[in-house]
Amino acid sequence: MKFPYSEKVLEHFRNPRNVGSIENADGKSTEGSPACGDMVSVYIKVDENSKKIKDIKFESYGCASNIATGSIITELAKGKTLEEAKKIDWREASDALGGLPKIKTHCSVLAVDGLRAAIQNYEEKHGLVKERIPTTKEIVLKRLKHVMNPLAGLDLVRTNLIGNIKVENGTVEVEVDLPENHQFANNIREEIIEKLESLWDIDKVIVRFSV
Amino acid sequence: MDKETIYFDNAASTRMDERVLEAMKPCFFDVYAVATSEFGYSLGIEAREALDYARAKIMSKLGNPEGKLIFTSGSTESSNIAIKGVVGKLSEKKGKHIIVSKIEDFPVLNSAKSLEREGFKITYLNVDKYGFIDLDKLNESINEETILVSIQHANQEIGTIQDIKAIAEICNRNNVVFHSDATHTFMRVPIDLSKLGVDLLTVSAHTIHGPKGIGALYIREGVPLAKWIDGGFQEFDLRAGVENIPGAVGFSKAVELVTDKENEQLKNIRDYLIEKVQKEISDTVLNGHPQKRIPHNANITFHYVEGESITLHLDMRGFAVSTGSACFSRSLEASHVILGIGGNHERAHGSVRFTFGRFNNKEEADRIVEALKDIVKQLRVISPLKGEEAR
Repeated sequence: MKFPYSEKVLEHFRNPRNVGSIENADGKSTEGSPACGDMVSVYIKVDENSKKIKDIKFESYGCASNIATGSIITELAKGKTLEEAKKIDWREASDALGGLPKIKTHCSVLAVDGLRAAIQNYEEKHGLVKERIPTTKEIVLKRLKHVMNPLAGLDLVRTNLIGNIKVENGTVEVEVDLPENHQFANNIREEIIEKLESLWDIDKVIVRFSV
Repeated sequence: MDKETIYFDNAASTRMDERVLEAMKPCFFDVYAVATSEFGYSLGIEAREALDYARAKIMSKLGNPEGKLIFTSGSTESSNIAIKGVVGKLSEKKGKHIIVSKIEDFPVLNSAKSLEREGFKITYLNVDKYGFIDLDKLNESINEETILVSIQHANQEIGTIQDIKAIAEICNRNNVVFHSDATHTFMRVPIDLSKLGVDLLTVSAHTIHGPKGIGALYIREGVPLAKWIDGGFQEFDLRAGVENIPGAVGFSKAVELVTDKENEQLKNIRDYLIEKVQKEISDTVLNGHPQKRIPHNANITFHYVEGESITLHLDMRGFAVSTGSACFSRSLEASHVILGIGGNHERAHGSVRFTFGRFNNKEEADRIVEALKDIVKQLRVISPLKGEEAR
């Protein structure tokens, strides 16, 4: 039989490691959405003194490369310090899996992003963000690139749905070029809030639908 | 792929029937000449007779309508000839408006899109939750510049059968050419063109256990069509090139081998599988109409899981199916059909198409459902989508 994936990918796909969620996780993240075809959640437990990842779990709604990458990054990250784990990139995950098809890069990058976002979430929650860069429009835009436009399967920024952004006194206001009664308006609002409220200098996130 | 594979992707292509190969063999080794006229040499006349016989056989299965049938390289080409041929004859004279449904297969859809880029006005008709077009909307959409309506007979993914008789009536009444892609209905659903008023019809051999590389286009008497391939005078001076006689003979043999009993059997497998999946696996939805669908198609969404993962797991256990998930396609786009019937991306990504053929049986349906129960359960454990949010 012939498969489009390496033996290693298939093995992790068949028997993914560290599957599930962690209750009261120290850090967690969700990247992607059902709309874009792949979604991954990462949960971490961190040892407060050593800053090592004690436990890590993931969940995946996605194709084989998404599941396999989710699985391998949990193996790669477990026992590492946050600083070490942050350095795990797509290339390392792909190599550990014996290579991934090029067309599947997007699906597998998502899992790596998930790990980084979970670490970031931990750092933000624990006041560990070292460089306290004041939030700017650019930083907001960068985060909004991780919020999906369910209709297009691409993010809000790439599909030109973001209007004005205002950052002032700990409040971010984001304008979305969709009608208030749009079928995905609520999902989009929730996702935007989730992505922005953890920023260290932001207390309030306001999402307006401008059409 | 080995013979052990349980192949449920017969809408993509089928395993050729060995009897078809037997029928084709003489065309390679005995009657290998080009099809010459009765004034040529005897081997060429025999070749012509073989070609004529094949053509007549296929026409007989279409109700012996008035008009002609030309052989093509397959249904993709047939649909291209139909659409661009009508455009070649009528766009200058009459106008540049074409109507298609939103859920057409790619030969029609992408022909329309390419014409749109050239400045044609295309109406993409919406479909309802089963995939049916709205006949009143079709009627309203036709204007003085409309030269062609192209609506499929049945859908490639969800199997919904359109009312082409009613569509043809509307087109005939408005004096607009009507093309229908019947790739997924020919020989599976009765088509009597002598009673239907369809102007152009696309059919194919490889979806009914015939050879690849051969299809046909039926052209009703008097329908204007520009020459497709320049060269000699073959195929009624529409498509030049040495005729594919082995293909045509194989096609006609394939047509001969399909029986009503077989179609009844396919329908039984279909209904059995749909019922069993719905009974034994939670959170599933049947895509398409429960009755008005082709006998050999079942399309089911398994909520909260992604289709490529299902198909890969099935593949590892020896089953071949396809899915509407973006991850399965090279374009990384979710099925335009499931989105077209109002499904969201999650419904498209989790959709699995099972299409049956001559060599399938109920016992295989049992086996795939058993496998699916296990696979879907396993993937749902991994999935972060657990409840209402995913719908």
